[in-house]
Parts: sequence; C-alpha cells; structure tokens
Amino acid sequence: MFGYYVELALRSLRLSRALTALMILAVALGIGASMTTLTVLHVLSGDPLPGKSSKVFMPRLDPRDKEGYDPTDELPVQVTWADGMNLLHAHRARRQALMTAGATPVQSDDAAIDPFIVPARYTTTDFFPMFDVPFRFGQGWSAADDASRARVAVIGADLNDRLFHGENSVGRIVHADGVDLRIVGVLAPWRAVPHFYDLNTGNYSVGEEVFVPLGTARDAKLKRNGGLECWGNKSSDEEGMETANCVWLQLWVELDDAAAVVSYRAFLDGYARDQVALGRFERPARTALPDVMRFLDEQRVVPSDVRLQVWLAFGFFLVCLVNTVGLMLAKFMRRAGEVGVRRALGASRRSVFAQLLTEAAIIGVAGGIVGLGVAFLGLAIVRMQPGAASQLAHLDLAMLLVTFLVSIAATLAAGLIPAWRTCRIAPALQIKSQ
Amino acid sequence: MSLDILPIVATLRRHRLTATLLVLQIALTCAIVCNAVFVIGDRLAWMTTPSGIAEDQLMRITVSDIGPRKDIHARVEADLAAIRGIPGVEAVTVGNSLPFGGNAWNSGLKLDRSQRSSSVDVATFYGESLAETLGSRLLAGRMFHPDEYRWVDDLVAEKATSSHVGIVTNDLARRLFPDKSALGEEILVGGEPVRIVGVLERLPAASGKAREDVNDTVLMPWRMIPAYGGGYFVRARKGETARVLKDAVAALKGVNPRRVVVEARPYTEIRGRFFAADRAMAVLLSSVSVALLAVTALGIVGLASFWVGQRRRQIGVRRALGASRADILHYFQTENFLLASMGIVLGMVLAYGINALLMKQYELPRLPLAYLPVGATVLWLLGQVAVLAPALRAASVPPVEATRG
Repeated sequence: MFGYYVELALRSLRLSRALTALMILAVALGIGASMTTLTVLHVLSGDPLPGKSSKVFMPRLDPRDKEGYDPTDELPVQVTWADGMNLLHAHRARRQALMTAGATPVQSDDAAIDPFIVPARYTTTDFFPMFDVPFRFGQGWSAADDASRARVAVIGADLNDRLFHGENSVGRIVHADGVDLRIVGVLAPWRAVPHFYDLNTGNYSVGEEVFVPLGTARDAKLKRNGGLECWGNKSSDEEGMETANCVWLQLWVELDDAAAVVSYRAFLDGYARDQVALGRFERPARTALPDVMRFLDEQRVVPSDVRLQVWLAFGFFLVCLVNTVGLMLAKFMRRAGEVGVRRALGASRRSVFAQLLTEAAIIGVAGGIVGLGVAFLGLAIVRMQPGAASQLAHLDLAMLLVTFLVSIAATLAAGLIPAWRTCRIAPALQIKSQ
Repeated sequence: MSLDILPIVATLRRHRLTATLLVLQIALTCAIVCNAVFVIGDRLAWMTTPSGIAEDQLMRITVSDIGPRKDIHARVEADLAAIRGIPGVEAVTVGNSLPFGGNAWNSGLKLDRSQRSSSVDVATFYGESLAETLGSRLLAGRMFHPDEYRWVDDLVAEKATSSHVGIVTNDLARRLFPDKSALGEEILVGGEPVRIVGVLERLPAASGKAREDVNDTVLMPWRMIPAYGGGYFVRARKGETARVLKDAVAALKGVNPRRVVVEARPYTEIRGRFFAADRAMAVLLSSVSVALLAVTALGIVGLASFWVGQRRRQIGVRRALGASRADILHYFQTENFLLASMGIVLGMVLAYGINALLMKQYELPRLPLAYLPVGATVLWLLGQVAVLAPALRAASVPPVEATRG
C-alpha cells in the first residue's frame, strides 16, 4: 500500500512542479539555516572535557584590596602567585595545575626557517593528565622537573611537524626565546573548545604549541602574555610578578566525587579565612568552586550573536513552515475532486489521509536533502569568516540525522491540517460538482 | 474599491484557514524583518564609528626579539630611526594600542583621592607623540612637551618620576567636568595624579568598552617599548601605505635579522578585523531578510494562484454580469491589501514583542516608530507585486467560464 501512496504522491507532485519546488525550497532554506546556526551553537557551547568536565573545578578567591569593594562583585577568575602556590602545594585535590599563558618565539636549527611566535603555556605537571591531553610521543614532565625548574618542554603536534617533520623529537632541543629546552613529550593534535582553562587569551583561542614548567618559564624569563588584573598603586613589573598585587595565574583542580568537592570547598573556605585573619586579604572571605561547564556558563562564553542567529534561523524556519502549510493546503484542496472520486470508489478516510501525508513526507525528505546542501553551504560560509571559533563549525553525523528527522517531522506536521481538511471532504458533494 | 471590501471579507471567511496562514506568514515576516533591519542599522552605526585618526595612512608592526633584551631604549631608538629613514614615512612611534586595534589597556579613573571607587574605567594610550602620529585632532590645550615623556619601564621600575600630565578626549572631559573646562583640572589615573593639559577631539578605545563610552580615553606621556607589548605605529604619505609597510618590515629586519615579525598590517585591515563579526552579522541578517521577503512573496503567489483557480467559475459569473477586467484585477489586489494589512498590524505588535526581548537580552535600544510606516509600505508593495500575476490571470478569465463545470 505504501508503495502505491508513494507513486500517487510522486505523480501528484509532478503535476504541479512550481508549487512542489517552492515547498521543497522553503523547507530546505528553513532547515538549512536552522542547522547551520545550531551546528555553530553546538560547537561553541560544547563540552571541552567530555566525560570529565564535572570533575574539574576552578577554585576562586578574592585577594583584592578594600578599594571599590562591592559585595556583589564577581570573584576573580585568576589567582596571585602566592595563593596559587599555596593551594598547589597543599595537595588537597587528586590533581592540581597552576598555569599562565605565554607567547614565545621559536627558532629552528634550520637557518632557512625564520623564527616564529607560537602560543605557549607555562604550567605544572598535572595539566596533561587532568585535561586528558593526548600524547603522540613521550609524556609530560615530572613533579621533580617542576620543583627543580628543569629546562624541559612538551611541544604540540603542529610545532613538531614544523620543526622536526613529524618525527619523534623526544630528547631533542627546542629553542624558545633563546632558551634551550629538552623535549620530553610531543602531543597528538589537541585543542580545547572552548579554551576553558584560560579564557583571558580568548574564549576560542587556538591551542598552545609549547608547554613549559611554570617555574622554568619564570626562571628563563619566557614572555608572558596572559590576562592580568592588578590593584593598589604599585605598578606591576614583569620581573616582580611573584610578589605583585595582581592575579595572573589560572588554578584548576580535579576532584573525584561529591565528598571530595565538599571537603575541598571547606579547605578553600578555611584558606580564605586564614588569609583574611593574616591581613593578606582585605575583603571578607568569599570563595567559589565552579566546575568546567558551570564556569563557562557563568562567563557567557558563547557569543550572544550566535544565540541571536539561532533564534533568527528558527523564526525563518517558522515562516517557511507556515508558508509550506499554506501551499500544501492549497495544493491538497485543489485535488478535492480527485479525493472525492477516490472516496466514492471506496477509499477510506484513513487511506486518503495516509496518502496525503506520504506526499508531505516526500516533500520533507526532499527538503531535508536540499536543506543539507544549504547547511553545508552555510557552514562553508561560516568557516570563511574570520575568528578562531568559526573554523570549527563542521556538520557531524548526529546533526545530519537531526536535519532529516526535523525536516520530515516538520513537513508531516505541516501536512497534518491540510490532509485532515482534505480527507473530510464528502465524496458525494465533489462528484456532483464535477 | 470600498464596495468590494464586504464581498471580499465574505469570501475570505470561507477560506479562513489559508487566509489565516497567509496573514500569519506576513506578520512573522514583518516582525522578523523589522527587527533584522533595526539590528543591521545598529551594527552599521557601530561599524562606522569615527576614530578621528588618519586611518588609510596608518599601519602597525609588532616584532618580538629573541634572547636577552638589553639596552632597550637604544634599540627602540635605532628601530625608529631605521623606519624614519624610509621615504614616504611621515611619522612613527611605539605605542600601546590603536583605536579598535583589539589590545586595550585600562585604568580606573578617580576625580580625587578621597573617592573610594573609580568614577570610570578608561582606556589609556601611551607612546611618544602618539596623538600626533595617529593624526588625532587637538580641540583645546596642548600636546605633550618633549621633556614630559618618560620611558614606561623606568616608571614601572621607579627609576623615573611621572610628569603628572595627561590629555583626555572631549567626551571624557565633558563627562568628568560637565560645567567647566577640563583644562588644568587634576584627576587620578590608576592612582597617579594627572593634570589635564589637552583635549582631543576623539580617540576611541582599542576594545572592551561600551559604545557610548568608547571615547572615554586618556593619553599619557609615556614612551612605550616593544617588550611591554608595544607596536610600531607608522603613518605614511597618502597612497603609499602598502609600500611603506613592506619597507618598514624590511628595515626592522635589517636592524635585527633574528627578530620575529608578529604582525604587519595596514590600519584599515586592523579596523576591519575588529568589526568583522558585526559585518558578518549584518550580512547574515540582510540575506535572511531578503530570503524571508522572497519566501513570503512566493507564498502569496502560490496561494493567490490557488484562489484564482478555485474561483474561476465565480469570476466568470461576475464577468458575465458585467464586471470589467479591471474590477476583477482590483478585487484580488484589494483582497491582498486587506490580508497584508492584517498581517502588518499583527506583525508590528510581534515586532515590538521581539524588540522587547532583544532589549532585555542584547541591550538593544527600542525600535524607533519610524519603522512602522516603512515596514508597512514595504510589505504592502511586496504583496501587490506578488499578487499581480495571479490577479492578471484572474482578470483574463472569460465570461463564458460561468457556463462551465
């Protein structure tokens, strides 16, 4: 029976090509626009640490002075050197990493290659296991390397391709800002989207290519270029950042379960109260411990333009659907005579209804296929836009499936009223008017 | 015309569902397009914010030197001398940021010491003769004297004492001192007392400020160094920007071949990048608006054709009873006008609803009332154009159709 419906539907669709094309186009444009914007939103609001983001937390404190104090102020998202080191060395979490951003010129041994600048991260040993960073060769440095400020580095996949043609470069030397660092590990391609662990360098900034122990980077005076927030009148000198009244380091901790979170929170509160008692913190002790997704949410990482675009696309889709319902209604009603004949010949209301819905579904499938093309085109245009984030927008399999399902569901829904109206036509009335 | 309205309304009531759908479609289109056009206008206004500098003559070059950095000041002077030697260079300096350049430096600003929190957060600009190099216009007072400049690293290391003077923009001057001239007044910038010696026409911040206070900026007499994040800002003779940029990069490489050129861009490109997302949004909104109007027009064509097809006999009867072709044409045009009007009224209400949401979510201003007549006219015209072909087809139905079927 279904095959017969499909045949009837195709014949009917062929009869009014312009109208059919118009309906398919409307559905396709709506679907394409919605899928494009949804894919972008999906990529930009994704979980940068799948399966683990609920176990990784950012301890937040308020070390600022009393000036301009407002209890509703947000807590800083970075910590001072002193607090970072205190919390790091307390080892109260399963893992903890203290880090800051840098940008370092890298020079190749090959004189033909001009020196170039790469983004760098100065961090501590737990960075790699805590953020599930994949290695191609070697591994991260040890806690001992952190402590002894060893001249070691982990480099990214791109830099390894550029300097060492993708070979295993573990044990070789990378010249960063005139400092020789021994490579202990090479990463597989890796990029956190959003760049959750340090939003100061941009919400969707590209991954770092050189990772150096924090202490080593400070010793070797590697260039720091991360976010910096200072207070008081004393200016901040690059050399004296360890004692400056500035927050400039990101601290992240990994906590296994709810009990660990509760106990870490208690520890953090106690620490803040101690600092207030010591007179180091001038403001009342306040702390926060958001996990990765909550932090991203609080920081409104997803650009508001992207959300606006999603709403716009849905509005557009809605207009296209209303348009399709109207056209389908017109089309089905025009066939009132044909439906009357079929009904008089014994076709049940149910079968007329099923046949008309089949027709709607065919428009849905066609709209879905063309809509997919529109979405591919839309995403290609998005990727051409400047901005680090837009290049990430690719249609994945799940979105592809959603495209089809939404398209068919939408046209079926659009076909429901027209089909219902049409199949209610009394057979006798139509035959008479013929 | 007016006589037609009652029968039209009567007919439309028999097509209640299709007519409602068409009204709904026009209303949604009206609401979305009105808001889209409004947002486009808003973005265009932001994108064309004047910077008050010689945009098409300027460029920025940032370099990074490798290895230990000694004798910073002498090296900066050598670099500047090398660039000055290039024919076509009008001025050059090392500065910290450019209007809409993306690299903002901010400081809290207070009017006096007793004040606990900052009056405003201002963007700060440093660089020897920065205003002169960029081409910012002085409205009152004076630019800095050569002996007022200090090296920024000397100030940080407390090897030098500030000369305690500053230049503000006109917007900031009026915000801080609405009733009197700002010249000679003392303010505190980042805790440092500063006497205002000049007022610039404008110097927008590099980034991160709200539109209405983007011009709240202060210029300080500090000589910038590349190691602190400074870039070489070069002003070329008109029309020679591209060549000067190439020569300046070569000159900087000539001074020290081991350095990395991080960026070398004409200012127009820097500004373009800053507004890229706004431009993309404006383009997107325009395309969606055009697509929406097209879909709606096609929908009108489709439904009107259907109605014409359904009413062929009725039209034939009217023609046989003496209605002229023009009467039939007007009938369908009036019908469309009625439907469009209903859609427009509903659409305007919706438009204000959407606008209210946008105002809350995206801090957009209120939709100006001027959008109402313009939007209405556009949709009426669109409807009339779309309905013309089906209406003409209806008008061509011969009276003999009355006898058929």
